[in-house]
Amino acid sequence: MLLIHCPYCEEDRSELEFRWAGEAHIARPENIAAITDEEFAEYFFLRNNEKGLTYERWRHIHGCGRFFNAARDTVSDRFLMTYKAGLPKQPIPTAEETAAIAEEKTVETWEATEGDAR
Amino acid sequence: MRKYSIFAIAREAMRAHKGWEAQWNSPEPRSSYDVIIIGAGGHGLGAAYYLAKEHGITNVAVIEKGWLGGGNTGRNTTIIRSNYLYEESMDIYEHSLKLWEGLSQELNYNVMYSPRGVMMLSHNVHDQQSFKRHINAHRLYGIDNEWLTPEQAKAYCPPLDISKTARYPINGATLQRRGGTARHDAVAWGYARAASDRGVHVIQNSEVTGIRRGPNGEVQGVETTRGFIGAKKIGVSAAGHSSVVMEMAGVRVPLHSTPLQALVSEPLKPIFPCVVMSNTVHAYISQSDKGELVIGAGTDQYNSYSQTGGLQIITHTLDAICELFPIFRRVKMMRQWGGITDNTPDRSPIQGVTPVPGLFVNCGWGTGGFKATPGSANLFAHLIARGEPHRLASGLTLDRFRTGRLIDEAAAAAVAH
Repeated sequence: MLLIHCPYCEEDRSELEFRWAGEAHIARPENIAAITDEEFAEYFFLRNNEKGLTYERWRHIHGCGRFFNAARDTVSDRFLMTYKAGLPKQPIPTAEETAAIAEEKTVETWEATEGDAR
Repeated sequence: MRKYSIFAIAREAMRAHKGWEAQWNSPEPRSSYDVIIIGAGGHGLGAAYYLAKEHGITNVAVIEKGWLGGGNTGRNTTIIRSNYLYEESMDIYEHSLKLWEGLSQELNYNVMYSPRGVMMLSHNVHDQQSFKRHINAHRLYGIDNEWLTPEQAKAYCPPLDISKTARYPINGATLQRRGGTARHDAVAWGYARAASDRGVHVIQNSEVTGIRRGPNGEVQGVETTRGFIGAKKIGVSAAGHSSVVMEMAGVRVPLHSTPLQALVSEPLKPIFPCVVMSNTVHAYISQSDKGELVIGAGTDQYNSYSQTGGLQIITHTLDAICELFPIFRRVKMMRQWGGITDNTPDRSPIQGVTPVPGLFVNCGWGTGGFKATPGSANLFAHLIARGEPHRLASGLTLDRFRTGRLIDEAAAAAVAH
């Protein structure tokens, strides 16, 4: 189970509280009635489905209920960062920064975080 | 290649089994082939076999990054059925089911196809109405499926708890008697052996790293970890990695790759006579010939290539299994694994031409590709050989996401995910 940091609640919570909501930073065309079928298929169906770094949306559905964005590695499932909805695509932390984050966040289990909270 | 038979067993028994030959060749790749198929799972190996057998194209290589049958072919719950709702789906899955029936004889390899019946449980009025609609659709289309009362279901599958006080009460079930299971590894091995016998090269441990294209955009071959290999036509049959491979040719496909988990119990004496599925509470279970209960869980919600999944997903499935079959509550689970499934938005597969000349795709089988192995392979071979889809697969094109002619099995709930 993943441990996900909600940028609104500013807490690491278990995946059970979240709902995955697909690729991030896809803008709905403003003139949707005017675009061609190809453009609509591109917008509506085609996704990057990256192996490696991916930007995606999550919703803290059993928490604050808000959508936010995340950068995650789809091979290791490690979250590189989460950030608030509406912000532009964020640069990925460098290797040192990632290592620092990993150092900081050694907590991987729900029990451990709950223990911290208590 | 020597045929397998009872005489072969007797002959080998008398000379200490020293005369068995390798089942398939492992040659050095040629500099070019007529057709290259990327991915040596059941679908890819089968397509190579049917290309050689039915279309006379034997200058074929199947290129695999790992070992053959090591992906989803070796990681599934081996359920075979054809009770889908839409005609496009029924066409291809029924074509496949008919091929399963004669596959062991055709390949001279025992794939252990066992038509033990696939039962789908109905738990509420909605289930009952939708299943009866399915049954009617199937019967009109010539596919067997029938309605069982709870008592009939219990008679067919004695471990089932049909009591009124059950956590998930059962108000009936459907039964497709021709559905069942097969031995997944044997399917890959059988196709590899039969294809190899007809001159197909199975090239393992070579990862495709790029697809080379000519000045007019047509494919010229593939870059692999063992160098460039030329090809006039390329068929992509890479399951969960289809997006990655198609991206090499600059083609985007509407796929989500998600982990799908399964698990098996310790081996038991024969106790479970058929396959039982419950889409409503999400559980499916059968017993392998070795005696293990084979249990399938759901997909994780997010895209991943990790070949593992969340524990809460299998816990959820085991909760349902324990309620439906209380006798299994104290059975120990022995192994768990995850495969990467390629899911389309309408949960129906994609098989067809692509915008790149010479490049063909067979993907999007999602959580249910094993049952389709012979049919999909057979029709994919037709597509590659002729350059246009077979009538039975004509609705599965990549183009349907542009035209809007979706095959919405996701909403039809014949699939559990």
